[in-house]
Amino acid sequence: MDFFFIITSLLKIVGILFVVILPMVSYAVYAERRVSAFIQDRLGPNRVGPAGLFQPIADMFKLLLKEDFTPRAANTFYYWLAPCLAVMPAIITIAVVPFGSTLFGVPMVIADVNVGILFVFAIASLGVYGIVIGGWASNSKYPFLGGIRSSAQMLSYELSLGLAVVPVFMVVGNLRLTSVVLYQIGHGWFIAPFVGDWMNPWKWLLAVPMLISFFVFMIAVFAETNRLPFDLPEAEQELAGGYNTEYSSMKFALYFLGEYAAMITGSAVIVTLFFGGWHFPGIPDGSHGWIFGLINIAVFFTKVAAVIFVFMWVRWTLPRFRYDQLMRLGWLFFFEIALVNIFLVAAILPYSSRL
Amino acid sequence: MAVTVPRPRLNWRERLYLPAIVAGLAITFKHFKNMLLGRTKVTMQYPEQKWDSSLPDHYRGAPALVRDEDGRVRCVACQLCEFICPPRAIKIISGEIPSADRFAKVEKFPEAFDIDMIRCIFCGMCEEVCPEQAIFLRKDYAITGFTRADMVHHKEKLLEIGGVMHGVVLKWNEKK
Repeated sequence: MDFFFIITSLLKIVGILFVVILPMVSYAVYAERRVSAFIQDRLGPNRVGPAGLFQPIADMFKLLLKEDFTPRAANTFYYWLAPCLAVMPAIITIAVVPFGSTLFGVPMVIADVNVGILFVFAIASLGVYGIVIGGWASNSKYPFLGGIRSSAQMLSYELSLGLAVVPVFMVVGNLRLTSVVLYQIGHGWFIAPFVGDWMNPWKWLLAVPMLISFFVFMIAVFAETNRLPFDLPEAEQELAGGYNTEYSSMKFALYFLGEYAAMITGSAVIVTLFFGGWHFPGIPDGSHGWIFGLINIAVFFTKVAAVIFVFMWVRWTLPRFRYDQLMRLGWLFFFEIALVNIFLVAAILPYSSRL
Repeated sequence: MAVTVPRPRLNWRERLYLPAIVAGLAITFKHFKNMLLGRTKVTMQYPEQKWDSSLPDHYRGAPALVRDEDGRVRCVACQLCEFICPPRAIKIISGEIPSADRFAKVEKFPEAFDIDMIRCIFCGMCEEVCPEQAIFLRKDYAITGFTRADMVHHKEKLLEIGGVMHGVVLKWNEKK
């Protein structure tokens, strides 16, 4: 572990966190408001700065200046801990996701661990603690119900989330996320294998279970990040705001930050697994010049933004599921579909890899 | 009596939900696209654009006092508006017109005429009840103030909003 590695890693951590992820989170909130407004034939925030682009800054100041209130009955330690626990996993998860090829010979991934996707699941599932502890420590019935719903929901969808990606790694033969991207560069994106030996019919047959896998994974990510149609933990109409009812000021903002950071991380994982990561047909990787390295990073985050748009689009289209429907859907449909899908891929795989 | 609501039998396509979800997504995307391309025009950018020009003639805005063509405040302080006002927003202190004045036979004039715009409900009953056609509801709707005291329109303010109005009540005109 040499000095150069430590310096570049630090630069990558600071760069990705403070230059990309945190601004992206605040502008995801802005985008959410604008997209929802446009879908509902409204305009949304357009007053602060050109087209309302400084709205996140104004929001941040508003939230900072609000009274940071702790209810007397709350368990203070856990009450303060919970918002941090909500943000932390979402931000840590991004560490293993390759967000670019190479820049000046440095691989654009913070930690290229060989257990990539396992790390993602291990850390992302910690996100439930922020919500459960927050709901419990608030010592109030609505946050409590929100926390309980959240734990049950996340446990149910963790299964289909994990099973849905198994086919991807059966094809790649490696858990490292960078090798998933490299495989897709050679053989085409998993949901649209146009590059490489795209004339091979077995490969197109493989694209069908990959598509199923993608849909199940996407829906499971919706449930994991508590987005509508699965936002039961914070069902405003039923729970008066859910787990964050008792929170105010920056603690409330941290919950929001965590939710949107989880959404960005989820989108980044979806892009890496199914949409070829930073790869775009015709654009070479960073070894051909630093400008291509930057373009690769831009391509990755453009794809992430597109997936985030889908998240918002779905949120403002579908109504919320009832709780029993949610559980039924998770345990009786997605779990089975993901399981059958694995066998399907296993049946196709020997033929597709022959060519 | 219990009413059994008939549940429709769904066929397998409807039970799959996916066509409905796709149709819903298409609808919301159509709205998003039309808004993005500026085809949907529903929101008025209020402080920049105003709807003053499209206000109807019968619009009921802020009540105001008017002067007649001789420059006299038409109000004769009869206090009918004060009595009819449902939220009791109007306060009138009447004064006597000195006998040397040209309009001495009017006898009374409002020394103070206050309308509390926090209380006013823009019902227009003051305008309806006024025998002198002295109080009218104008088209001013953006009534603002920093304090409660600011929101009380005094006589000067009311006359400023009202301006001059020629009416059919001419009984105080010396020429007739």
